[in-house]
Amino acid sequence: MDVLFAFTGDKFAVVVSDTTSVQQIIVQKDDEEKTLDLDSHKLLAMSGPKGDCVHFGEYVQANMKLYELKNGHKLSTHAAMSFIRGELAAALRKGPYQVNMLLAGYDEHEDDASLYFIDYLASTQKVNSGGHGYGGMFCLSLFDKHWKPKMTRAEADVLVDTCIAEVRERLVTAPAKYHVKIVDKTGTSCTLYDCVEKAAEKARMAA
Amino acid sequence: MARRYDSHTTTFSPDGRLFQVEYAMEAISHAGAAVGIRTDFGVVLAAEKKILSKLLETSEASEKMFKLDANIAVAVAGINSDANILINSSRLFAQRYALNYSEQVPVEHLVQSMCDQKQGYTQFGGLRPFGVSFLFGGWDRNFGFQLYQSDPSGNYSGWKATAVGANSQAAHSILKTEYVEGISLSTAKQLSLKVLKQTMDSTILIPDKVELSELAWQDGVPGQVSYRLVRGVELRDLCIAVNRENM
Repeated sequence: MDVLFAFTGDKFAVVVSDTTSVQQIIVQKDDEEKTLDLDSHKLLAMSGPKGDCVHFGEYVQANMKLYELKNGHKLSTHAAMSFIRGELAAALRKGPYQVNMLLAGYDEHEDDASLYFIDYLASTQKVNSGGHGYGGMFCLSLFDKHWKPKMTRAEADVLVDTCIAEVRERLVTAPAKYHVKIVDKTGTSCTLYDCVEKAAEKARMAA
Repeated sequence: MARRYDSHTTTFSPDGRLFQVEYAMEAISHAGAAVGIRTDFGVVLAAEKKILSKLLETSEASEKMFKLDANIAVAVAGINSDANILINSSRLFAQRYALNYSEQVPVEHLVQSMCDQKQGYTQFGGLRPFGVSFLFGGWDRNFGFQLYQSDPSGNYSGWKATAVGANSQAAHSILKTEYVEGISLSTAKQLSLKVLKQTMDSTILIPDKVELSELAWQDGVPGQVSYRLVRGVELRDLCIAVNRENM
């Protein structure tokens, strides 16, 4: 029941993931990190069984670090995608990792951010927007309507608001907290998006 | 007793040297020279083809220059059959990298992989080192055009201009005085031939005895790199120009 979605803007990409850890009908915690910083300019959002996500995510992360140490420079986002796809495809014939992913990164040599949709069957696609899980599905139609090329930060913030509002309205067990991560020239950043707090603030403003 | 340190690649002599490796380097210093020059617009490689007999069929294919991948080429100085083994595994490495990362292999990465293989033969017993030095000309996104040199010990280094093989000391000293920053590709081609000529026994440069190649921007426009052998009329004219210069 993870909520995962992401889209690209003008030289940046936004990755949003919920922060709840659910075991059957129990909410275990609400500060789970589902978007991993692969290196200083790459984000990997993952959805699926916890163990698979953590194991595969950290495996990729370690390999990014190893590559950087060995070669003195980082992999491009496209190369990282290719690596992830290769590892996933190799695992597919043995004991597959059931992780669906969104990979976002900023590349210096292109001076732009890119986003890749990756599923557990190791199919990948370069996209402008995408999502995984039920929550992510709801967002797809919103991206169809509201996403446009070269969006500004302010426009991106509005789109994140719209998406989360839709998820909150339509998904049975909609989480209340999200991590909004942005990757751009300066690196990655993370802000907490707390729906309850936001609503309270809105009410205060109205009063 | 002297044989003790001579015949085993993996044994240090009392004064801390690996004789077999040094002998391999000595073998290279008798081989036809190879010269490389790096410019901001491309890399030039030149090498001497030793013609052993006039009865020998000259092949159209390159003898001392090999393309490893679209962005990397090498010139060989030393034992050609040894070089073939290393070239084969480097090509394999380049394609394996492309399969993993969907990108061309960075030049230094490939150089390092080949040198790791060379180093292995200086340490594990019963084998002799590769008797070959390479000049690598390459381009990658991170560092642009690059020139590397490797030797049998597995050491490698990056250069603006360098030479390996016979009389490489003399070649180095000419390069040191004549190389200028921002040198153009055509000047580099001439200079490489001029330097090569100095390392050779003959006083004039014959197109049949040299190989020249360049790895540069396709059509001179930054974007796509391409590797090509300079041959035919173009090579002949360059040789004539170099011969005239020294008269």
